[in-house]
Amino acid sequence: MASINELTERIHADSSEEIVAEYLERITNSRLNAFITVSKESALLQAQEIDAKGHDGPLAGIPIAIKDNISTKGIMTTCASKILTGYIPPYDAHVIEKLKNAGAIIIGKTNMDEFAMGSSTETSFYGPTLNAWDMTRVPGGSSGGSAAAVAGGEAPLSLGSDTGGSVRCPASFCGVVGLKPTYGVISRYGLISYANSLEQIGPFASSVRDVATLFDVIAGHDPRDSTSVKREGNYSPALENDVNGLKIGIPEEYFGEGIDRNVEKSVRDAINTLEELGATSMEVKMPHTKYALSAYYIIAMSEASSNLARFDGMRYGLRTEDHDWHTTFSHVRADGFGDEVKRRILLGTYALSAGYLDKYYLKALKIRTLIKQDFERAFKDADVLIAPTMPYPAFKIGEKIDDPISLYLADVETVPINLAGVPSISLPCGFSGSLPIGMQVIGKHFDEAAILRTAYTFEENTDFHKEGS
Amino acid sequence: MIGKKDLEHIGWLARLELSEEDKEKYTPKLNSILDYFGEIDKADTEGVEPLYHVLPMNNVFREDVPTRSLSQEEALSNAPKNQDGFIKAPRMM
Repeated sequence: MASINELTERIHADSSEEIVAEYLERITNSRLNAFITVSKESALLQAQEIDAKGHDGPLAGIPIAIKDNISTKGIMTTCASKILTGYIPPYDAHVIEKLKNAGAIIIGKTNMDEFAMGSSTETSFYGPTLNAWDMTRVPGGSSGGSAAAVAGGEAPLSLGSDTGGSVRCPASFCGVVGLKPTYGVISRYGLISYANSLEQIGPFASSVRDVATLFDVIAGHDPRDSTSVKREGNYSPALENDVNGLKIGIPEEYFGEGIDRNVEKSVRDAINTLEELGATSMEVKMPHTKYALSAYYIIAMSEASSNLARFDGMRYGLRTEDHDWHTTFSHVRADGFGDEVKRRILLGTYALSAGYLDKYYLKALKIRTLIKQDFERAFKDADVLIAPTMPYPAFKIGEKIDDPISLYLADVETVPINLAGVPSISLPCGFSGSLPIGMQVIGKHFDEAAILRTAYTFEENTDFHKEGS
Repeated sequence: MIGKKDLEHIGWLARLELSEEDKEKYTPKLNSILDYFGEIDKADTEGVEPLYHVLPMNNVFREDVPTRSLSQEEALSNAPKNQDGFIKAPRMM
């Protein structure tokens, strides 16, 4: 897999158009179903323009794939849902404006779980994406197409979104690097909301360095997202091959029941590797972890039930035959949403309804406080925390899709991070047979520098990221 | 426990039409998920404040400066039914 530096050299020697054409050909010949829309014409046109006029941006002429819940002006954006099929955004998300300014070329929109609700990319209206390491297995989700595209060599870079693990899970299952930044660091303007108090856009690449370069491009304040913080991206200088004196916290609750033994061993071996390089480790207690999954799903579903109320068939999306207002509205949604989206809207509506608000939604928000406090306590002693990203390697397509709870349980290691709003990066740290294993390095609020440096040092001193699918 | 009548009510609140088949299909799954959520009852949250937002942000203000917004044509470009520059909605009653 080619890095940004290698591609930049090739763009100077040959042309961006040639490189874009190569990636487009790989997408055409692929069976992974990583893309919903391929923007062939506009990508080639943009590449020709950059070749002709030159561009001094950090991603000049480099192709990138974008998750299909991020608005791209003039390119269909569906959230992998029937209800948005045909929707062509009249504006760009903030991250897309930033990418275009940096010279990046959007080659297509990637497959995902419908409205980012899932951990396997099986709930897409456009069919499942396959895992490049084993095509009988899922790529993870919900940003499965974005991770699969990088793993399959169909794009050197991609963007996903992470509400409860949706960048880190597919990064782990596909053997690539994925970052969930601190809440507020990247503008959500133009990201189609699922659960807005939890989600962040995040970068994918095949190395920590490329993830940091992409992160630098897309981070930064945007007044159009009122939760966006006033910081600009300048994280690449943090990439030093040095963990001397770094204090690693090991949350034992993340290594408990249900964790595959190969996964546990790989992550513990990785911590040992970092210790040999000068880090120290300690156990930290995060006693409320066991409540995180339920609290996360209650909050996410509640927010979803409100956010998805906008899909009414009036301003955009599917419209069915007209009856009276409420009937039309109800028909549009019945016809346009898939089963998992409907389940989450129904449960979220229930959790917010009269008589149940205290029992579910408010209780979950109180647990959210306790989870955040767990992290604050752990970070009094530790600089970073390290844990498995997923409890097991990629599972089989169809294995869990009919049993929602078993699918939700896959997110047990990733959701606490979103509840607390802290940053976490997933990177390859081993294999279980032929399937990649990912570990996550979790940091304090706004301390992406520490997790990037830790991940970079691990990567520089190991070879797991170099193995190809 | 959610019964069939409850599900009909929630479906109405969510403006989501449910067929008889949907109701049969969803009821047991929704109940098993709610059953799992019951886990949170065990957490001691006495005196704990709810956390709505992870960053200490309250009202965020900006200068009231007009900027370019979407043109009428752009704003209507995805509306499935429109007429004379307006979005056409079904009758209310």
